Amino acid sequence: MANKVFHVMYDDDQKLMTAAQALVSKGIRVKDVFSPFPVHGLDPVIGVKRTRLAIASFMYATTGTLLAIIGTWYFMIHDWPMNIGGKPSFSWVENAPAFVPVIFEFSVFCGAHGMVITYLLRNGLLPGMPASNPDPRTTDDKFVMEIVTDQNSSMSASELEALIKTTEVYELSIKEY
Amino acid sequence: MQKEASIRQPLILGHKTYHDITNDIVSPIEGAAPRQWKIAITIAAIIALYGVGCIAYLVGTGIGAWGLNKTVGWAWDITNFVWWVGIGHAGTLISAVLLLFRQRWRMAINRSAEAMTIFAVMMAAVFPVFHMGRVWMAYWTLPLPNQFGSLWPNFNSALMWDVFAISTYFSVSLVFWYIGLIPDFATIRDRMVKPGMKKFYSILSFGWSGRAKNWTRFEEVSLVLAGIATPLVFSVHSIVSMDFATSVVPGWHTTIFPPYFVSGAIFSGFAMVLTLLLIMRKTMRLEAYIHVKHVEYMNIVIIVTGSIVGVAYLTELFISWYSGVEYEAYAFINRFSGPYSWSYWMMMTCNVISPQLFWFKKIRTNLAATFVLSIVVNIGMWFERFVIIVTSIHRDYTPGAWGEFHPSGIDVGMFIGTIGIFFTLFLLFARYFPVLALNELKTILKMSGESYKKEAEKH
Repeated sequence: MANKVFHVMYDDDQKLMTAAQALVSKGIRVKDVFSPFPVHGLDPVIGVKRTRLAIASFMYATTGTLLAIIGTWYFMIHDWPMNIGGKPSFSWVENAPAFVPVIFEFSVFCGAHGMVITYLLRNGLLPGMPASNPDPRTTDDKFVMEIVTDQNSSMSASELEALIKTTEVYELSIKEY
Repeated sequence: MQKEASIRQPLILGHKTYHDITNDIVSPIEGAAPRQWKIAITIAAIIALYGVGCIAYLVGTGIGAWGLNKTVGWAWDITNFVWWVGIGHAGTLISAVLLLFRQRWRMAINRSAEAMTIFAVMMAAVFPVFHMGRVWMAYWTLPLPNQFGSLWPNFNSALMWDVFAISTYFSVSLVFWYIGLIPDFATIRDRMVKPGMKKFYSILSFGWSGRAKNWTRFEEVSLVLAGIATPLVFSVHSIVSMDFATSVVPGWHTTIFPPYFVSGAIFSGFAMVLTLLLIMRKTMRLEAYIHVKHVEYMNIVIIVTGSIVGVAYLTELFISWYSGVEYEAYAFINRFSGPYSWSYWMMMTCNVISPQLFWFKKIRTNLAATFVLSIVVNIGMWFERFVIIVTSIHRDYTPGAWGEFHPSGIDVGMFIGTIGIFFTLFLLFARYFPVLALNELKTILKMSGESYKKEAEKH
């Protein structure tokens, strides 16, 4: 039996939410949802886990802090200590207050850019990448739920279709793949 | 779904659907360029080209082409730099600080305010970079291995901190702006019919598909970026102020500078946002999204920051007398009664008195009055920087070294030129980019849309 993919379109975020709750409660696994904007509260229903990007960002920022500390120590204390205005560079700790702005800025720089690069790569977002939304209207005002048969092997394709049709569907497209 | 109190005024007027929002924002991009836009960009581009010419002349001749002299070594150049950086403060404040405070009205203005920020910071960078004189050696500010000379850049110096602050601020603002733009570019991509344009927006949209997981990550990234951009907003202008505050020049050596500069920056930034948005909402018919309530909110920010700036001026004045240091006191006496007193009083009128008019609800909800006052504030804030910089150094410790500053044609040409470049970039943005965060606006439509709120009241 060929696998089938159902693209269930809704014309309202509330209808999508109600439908997702109803289908999931009947044991159907929703593969993905395409929407023009973030639908709040949908993630736990369809089983999307919280992203760990914030943790990644923290780690990038910490790396930045460390690099900036090592850098200021190496440039200003170790490699070429300068006596500026009668204030010689004896140790990093004594000079640290003057390095706070650079350390702070560099931490933010690394935290922000590291996180954004990770975000783009994890989402597969790069210039020229092809879009994978099933219908161009999903970036305007329509919401599409993607359900595939091989994730719902407990029921047949026709049973699945019947269940989907009990929700307020706007359009339904079934494809084999 | 979240509910909003019914006494709160709606943020999106009229009966709008999700599709209407897309239409209202994207159709100006699809249609032919309006005549007024063509006229405006021609004028802006001519001024910009003149500015580029002045810059080329400056680089070829050396910075002696500016009116600087031995006494006044910083004048219009650094004034313009601080002015532009200050203007560049509103965008990230709106998108980051107001996001953390969950201010939904920011969604109508954040996109264009961030664009303004990015262009303003670019204009700001022009001045210190060309002030270096030998601009092709600008990369010496980077900590590069020392085949280039035997020294590293001085990390004790406020000027070095500034290099880090401005470049971090610029690049983080740029990615913050672009992350928000990606889904909106995808919306445009999916609507475009002409193949060339479709390709263009398809490249810009990075292949965004709007999956549930993409949106979760999007919201997390926006929130974290807002969280780390917030201290950035405050740090950047603090560090700019330290260029002055860490010196030993009377009038500059003041601990009040960081908060005073930051509030001044937000003050002038919001004024510039108002100037641009009031024109944009009219010409691009965005009245349903940016209406009187938004303008009123921004005017309230202007009263608050303007009053902080006013208090700072008076504190400075008082402390200069209270310090008992005669040089410090003279710097301020000279400001309000010396040869540049006209600029001091100009600053006082524009920045301290004029924003107080916004206490009257009639004035702060009047768009014409707001427009005029926003320009007045920007003029005032330019004079504030001029007063701080020039009046502090033109008469220093030794009367024999006193002097005055007269701007040269290149000074004026470069300043006007950066305004031209700024408007050219902003007009290109308004024509080809989604000017409102349209997909973000859709998330508040059911909470803050006028027709939805009326519907909710019935129940």
